[in-house]
This record gives sequence, C-alpha cells and structure tokens, in this order.
Amino acid sequence: MTKPISQTPSGSQAERVRQSLKRRYRKEMRFRAYGIAAIAVALFALVVLFADIIGKGYTGFLKTTVTLEVTFDSELMYLDDPTDAVALRNADYLAPLMAALKRQLPEVSGRQQERALKGLLSSYAASDLRDAVEADPSVMGTTRKMTFLASDDVDVFVKHRGDTSYSIKLSEQQQQWTLSLLERSVIETSFNDVFFSHGDSREPGNAGVLGAMVGSLLTMMVTLFLSFPIGVAAAIYLEEFAPQNRFTDFIEVNINNLAAVPSIIFGLLGLAIFINLFGMPRSVPVVGGLVLMLMTLPTIIISSRAAIKSVPPSIREAAEGIGASKMQVVLHHVLPLALPGMLTGSIIGMAQALGETAPLLLIGMVAFIVDVPSGFFDSATVLPVQIFLWAGSPELGFIERASAAIMVLLAFLISMNALAIWLRKRLERRW
Amino acid sequence: MNSMNPSLSNENVQRDTAEPVPVDAREQPAESVIEYGKTVGTPFSDKPKFSLRDVEVYYGDSPAIKGISLDIAKNEVIAFIGPSGCGKSTFLRCLNRMNDSIDICRVKGQLELDGQDLYDPKRDVVELRARVGMVFQKPNPFPKSIYDNVAYGPRIHGLANRKSELDDIVENSLRKAGLWNEVKDRLDAPATGMSGGQQQRLCIARTIAVSPEVVLMDEPCSALDPIATARVEELIAELSESYTIIIVTHSMQQAARVSDRTAYFHLGHLVEVNETNKVFTTPEHELTESYITGRFG
Repeated sequence: MTKPISQTPSGSQAERVRQSLKRRYRKEMRFRAYGIAAIAVALFALVVLFADIIGKGYTGFLKTTVTLEVTFDSELMYLDDPTDAVALRNADYLAPLMAALKRQLPEVSGRQQERALKGLLSSYAASDLRDAVEADPSVMGTTRKMTFLASDDVDVFVKHRGDTSYSIKLSEQQQQWTLSLLERSVIETSFNDVFFSHGDSREPGNAGVLGAMVGSLLTMMVTLFLSFPIGVAAAIYLEEFAPQNRFTDFIEVNINNLAAVPSIIFGLLGLAIFINLFGMPRSVPVVGGLVLMLMTLPTIIISSRAAIKSVPPSIREAAEGIGASKMQVVLHHVLPLALPGMLTGSIIGMAQALGETAPLLLIGMVAFIVDVPSGFFDSATVLPVQIFLWAGSPELGFIERASAAIMVLLAFLISMNALAIWLRKRLERRW
Repeated sequence: MNSMNPSLSNENVQRDTAEPVPVDAREQPAESVIEYGKTVGTPFSDKPKFSLRDVEVYYGDSPAIKGISLDIAKNEVIAFIGPSGCGKSTFLRCLNRMNDSIDICRVKGQLELDGQDLYDPKRDVVELRARVGMVFQKPNPFPKSIYDNVAYGPRIHGLANRKSELDDIVENSLRKAGLWNEVKDRLDAPATGMSGGQQQRLCIARTIAVSPEVVLMDEPCSALDPIATARVEELIAELSESYTIIIVTHSMQQAARVSDRTAYFHLGHLVEVNETNKVFTTPEHELTESYITGRFG
C-alpha cells in the first residue's frame, strides 16, 4: 500500500512531483519523436514510390508522331477505281507513305535502306491511312499533310536518347534519320491521346487504357450496386433486429473470417459458382462485379455495423420513448447518423476491389481484349489486370504504359478516397 | 452520496450498485430492518392509472426490483427517490417497456395501465409509448431542427393531416414547455445548438406533442443548472394539471417541491409511499428517515 500523503513533508512532495513531471515530459517527447519518425518513414516510402512511378511512367503519356505530306496517287497505290470498295480496301497504302518519307530523306536508296526506313513508322500507319481514305475517298489525287504514329523503337529512342540504361533497337542509320527528322519537326512528341481513347493492342503505340477503364467502371458499378445495399441491410439486420444467440454469433465469426480470406479464393468461388454452375460467360464485368461483391461484402458489413454501433443510444431511446417503431428508429435516426461511416467503409471496400487482380484472373478477365466493352456482358479487362499484362511484356513501350496505367489507377483511388472524406464531412452531423 | 455519473446510464442498474455506497446503506439495514415485500404508507389508490403488483425485474440472474406493489393515480405527480442503484430508474422504465431493448432484462409481475396488462405479448409497445411518454436524464434532442424535433412524434403517429395542424401542435407543445418565446424565430435552427436547459425543455415539448396520458421523467434536471432546473420544475407543476407525471429524482428538495406523493426505494424494495409532506416531515420508516436526513444516500 502507498503511504498516506500527510506522512511526507510537503517540500519534498513538491520536489518529487517535479521530478516525476520531468520523467513524464521526457516520455512524452520520446513518444512524439517515435510518431514523427514513423510518419516520416511512411512519407519517404510514399515519395520514393511516386517519384519512381511518375519518373518512369510520365513518358507513357507522350506519343511520338511523324507528320508527312502524303500524295494519294492512284497509280502508285494500284488503285484503278476509287469508288470500288473492294479495290479501295486492297490498294497499296504503304507506297504513298514510303514515297512521302523518301521525299523527306532523299538520300535513302536500295531495298535494305527502304526496309530500314519503313521501320520508322508504326506498323499500323498503312492501315490508319486506309481508314482515312475509306472514310473520305475524295482525297484521292490530292496531297494532304497527315500525322502517323512512329514505330515503337523510334518512340523509345526519341524519349530516352540521352539515357544509356535503355536499349535502343534502332540502327545507327535509323537513329541519324530520326534525329534529322526531329530537327525539321517532322517527328514530334505530343500528348498521348491514343492512350486514353483506345483499348489494348499488340503495338505499344496503339495500346490504351480506355478498355480497362471502362471495364473497371462497369465492374465497380456491379459491385457497388450489389454490395452496398446488401451489406448495409445485413449490418442493420444483424445489429438491430437479429436475436443475440449462438447462430448470430456464428454468423458474426464467419463474416470476420471472410474478411480475411485471400481474394484469389473468391475468384475460385466465382469460377465454380457463377461460371461453371450458373453458366455465365467468362471475362465479363458482371461476373467480375459479383466476385468483387463477395470480397467487399465483409468489409462493408463490418464497417456498417461499427457505424451503427457508434450511434449514441440516447438518440435511439429518444425515438423509442415517443413511440417510434423499430423500423422508424432505424430509418429516421440510426441510418442517417450511421451513413457517413457506412459510406466511408463502402468506398474503402470499393477502392480495395478496384485494385484487385487475383480473383479476376481466375474468371478470365485476364484475356487480351482490344475492344472497349460496351455493356455488362461484353468481354472486358480491368485496370489492375491491364497493368499486370503490360508489366509482363518485353517491349519497353508496354513497360512505360504499365507505369502510366498505374498512375491512372492511383488517380482513381485517390479520387475515390477523397470522395469518401468529402462525403463523410458533408453528411456528418453532430449530436 | 456522490451524484450519479451521467455516463452510467440508468438502464444498467448492476453497474450502479458498484458505486461506493456507504456501508450502512448497503448491508446493515437491508438485512435487519426491511420486511421483504412490505411497503409502509399508502401505496394503493382507488382509481389507479397504473396498477402494479409484485413487480420483479432481473438483469440476467440478479434481481434489480424485488417485488414492488404500487398504484399511481390519474393526474398525480409521484416522485421516486432513493440511493443510487435502488432500482427506481429500472422500475420507471418498466412503465413504458423501455427495458425491452435490453436483452438480459426480464420483468415479472402484474403491470396494468387502465386495467390492461402492459406486458401482454399482444400489446403494441408503440401504442403504449405514445400514451406513456418519457423524458430522459440527459437532454437528447434529435440532430434535426427544433421544429422537426417537436413535429417528429405527431408525424410518425399521423396526428396531423395538414401542415397548419402540425404547426399548431408544435407551437402548442413549445408554449406548454415554456420555450416558444425563446425559439419561435429560429424553429429551423439545429436543436443541438441550444443550451442544456432549453434542450431538456425541448425534449419535454417533444414528448407532450404526442399528447401522452403519462409522462415519465428520469432525473430530468440532473444535467441542468439551478435556473434551468427551476424552469423545468415550474413546467412540471403546469403539466400536472393534464398529465400523470412520474419523476425519478436524486434531489429531495425537488421531490418535495413538485410531487404530490413520494416513493422511497431501497435496494430493489419499495420502502415507503406517502404524501410528500408526510415523507419529508414525519417519515414512517426509519430507512426513509435516514435517507432524507442525509445519514446515507
């Protein structure tokens, strides 16, 4: 037992307090220093991560183009009748391109050099030209200034020509040509609109994230519209209506367990149930959304229950005291007060789902899909899977596009989290 | 006796008993003096509003109310007094079944309102609470506007068909609660921005907006300053003309000021019920005397 205060002289008592105060302040200082150090380490890691991704990936937002004066000469293109659709389709579109390039580089001669010259242009350049002519056959016989994508190798060379860590695949001669075209502004770099307007492609220059973004959006919509109502309803039932017995305890334990199940297991479940049992198509946003719904449900239920629990009982009693029914108490008082917490939990769950790759691999969303999906039952891929696919490609162009796609994904995640904070601030009410 | 810690809410009487109650209050008289189940004074009435017989309340296995019989007459103000943890709040909450939401709480005995069983399984608890309103210890306005707070009860019970009717109900209730002049210009202001005393009067207005027959008050002034307390007490006096009021209080002065009858509770027993004057001047039971003279509690 401690000695009663009166037994120690008052002078030494104050001295003791002073000494213990010193100790306490030192402790507090130490604790604060640990906290600052921890945050500093976290911030440092974050800055390094961002610097690395942005440093490597910002070039993904740039494209290299070649602007040429193309003469649409029907003789050169073996095109006798421009009104004939079949003839138009089968005409030689490479020839006018090569002719235009040669006008820029008159020193090129011989088959070998011509082949090297061809390597400056994207392999899609000729088909782009064909599309332009098919869209407007009246260009035949005229000369137009047109812009084409440069080849992947030129793209890498132009973006990283000072940097020795990149392996440049262009020959010495091609490099010289490129430099001379750069000087005359025939080759230019500009903002990569292709990246945001195209689906995936075999050619890095033509590959974009639009398909993956739309796929992610569709998948997230399915997930949100299923998991939010189901999760909130489950939380309300468990918290407000369910009797407290072994069965509900069992359910609670299982929900907590589900939150810790590795996401790939949910992918297997989706494969077994939705695709094999229900016969739903593979690689579609609906199945992806269903699988991610299963994955986010525990998060949403747990956070919603916590939000409901944090509603002060006095409000509940007040409503009950003037005769509100159980449902009215929940709908009029508990739900509005718990909504900010529920929304925050749901958006965090959605952000988790947005970044999820593993379960989607198993239900086939890893397929190479060029077209931008136009509905919930179209084959699609999602952003993280797209990043996974590109990051595994050998071409440097895909690597930088993977970094760029990571930035797009991060932007999505940051805006979702910002939305969560804004919603919470907006809906929060004091009592 | 230390005042009730507001964080210890009333529903949990078990926790209340853990508070340091002076030794003599706890053990010595409980065993030696009380004859169990016997209440001195005048617990019964000819025309009871509430007729309560052999009421027992258990939290899990531990009894909180150990057999209380009491009648509460129409339009009377009855005060429940007693040391912390004596079961007066628990008993009060039985009267509009607020204990229902506590899973471990069981109520036994015969509780009747106007001759109808309160705990009949067929009884609609929502209807009961519309007739028996409750005001709580801590002011608990909804996080809504002043108007919506008062209008909430009439709205959910469908008491007003038109907006103007609802406006009238709100105004009347606020007038009865003596709050109208203070808030008539800011009915749309959030109720949580008012002072504690105003909030409590708002809660009273909210309760009487439903036109209940009985108003239960669970230490309505324990969170208020003396001036706000005085206003609420005036209000109780005015309301007693049209409502039956049952008030739990820790302040004996308050009980003496506002109530017609006073019931003294002790460790789950009802020790004495008498005219308020009599309880505070010539108590019949020695426990009551000890309590009101401040020897414990």
